[in-house]
Amino acid sequence: MTQTATDPLVIGTRTYKSRLLLGTGGFPRLEALAEAIGASGTELVTVALRRIDPAQRGSLVDVLDAAGVELLPNTAGCFTARDAVLTAKLAREAFGTDLVKLEVIGDERTLLPDAVELLAAAEELVAAGFVVLPYTTDDPVLAKRLEDVGCAAVMPLGSPIGSGMGIRNPYNIGLIVEQAKVPVVLDAGVGTASDAALAMELGCDAVLCASAISRAQDPTAMALAIRAGVEGGRLARGAGRIPRRLYAEASTPDAGLPSFG
Amino acid sequence: MIAVNGHPNGLVQPGSTVRAMLDVLGLDEAARGVAVAVDAEVVPRAEWSTFLLADDAHVEVLTAVQGG
Repeated sequence: MTQTATDPLVIGTRTYKSRLLLGTGGFPRLEALAEAIGASGTELVTVALRRIDPAQRGSLVDVLDAAGVELLPNTAGCFTARDAVLTAKLAREAFGTDLVKLEVIGDERTLLPDAVELLAAAEELVAAGFVVLPYTTDDPVLAKRLEDVGCAAVMPLGSPIGSGMGIRNPYNIGLIVEQAKVPVVLDAGVGTASDAALAMELGCDAVLCASAISRAQDPTAMALAIRAGVEGGRLARGAGRIPRRLYAEASTPDAGLPSFG
Repeated sequence: MIAVNGHPNGLVQPGSTVRAMLDVLGLDEAARGVAVAVDAEVVPRAEWSTFLLADDAHVEVLTAVQGG
């Protein structure tokens, strides 16, 4: 298996050079978001839908259009399949895209997905012609079920949204990667560049990152760092790491070792 | 009374179109990134000039915000 940093990410019929998806939440200013987009090299960024405020003309879409990135609308804040499906359909109208990051949350404190509602919503949206990227738990069985109903990718969490706790169960992420025939995007939990690198070393096809960049002290610098982490992890995965050993294995030969009496 | 984004709005007359409602609200109907739901159903942009609002319509007008 040879992987390079340049082979494209393929989601459905779309291809991307970048393997870093950027969440737009949490940036204090649109200028900071635009800078981070540039530094991250991302081609696909999330947006949410909320009630319009007539007083505040949002220029978010203009900023994202100017950055030349594709929009990935999410269904953040939805707790039922019904609300998530309606939100996805509204996003399709608003943005003219069939892509959707499907989130159906089951618990306000942890923002963990509701597996039952998520699967129901995914099935309905696939039938309605959407390219569905579900935010899911790190459960390999659920990931498989989501793939089976026609999702174009699966996006397991490393740890809860915004927690920065990294990948709490790398074995499960590895199992999801091993069985998946669609791209696996590590979504949620990344806190810093090494978390993104680990995701890629585990075989994920991409990383979706929001808070780790947007809430960093220097979002632009962190965007660069996480981009490098994704690229490094991808290269390392392709390079094939050495097996872990409990004891040392000398890299210097014993042969020719002098004896000093 | 028609409710817009959770608030009764006496300025939006029953029987008016979605497009007329957007005008009353001072929203640019050509703006990208705007979507309208009436009574939990999407109203496609192509129907904005013909879709009539009932006097008890529950309207949601949504747009893009940062998130996710």
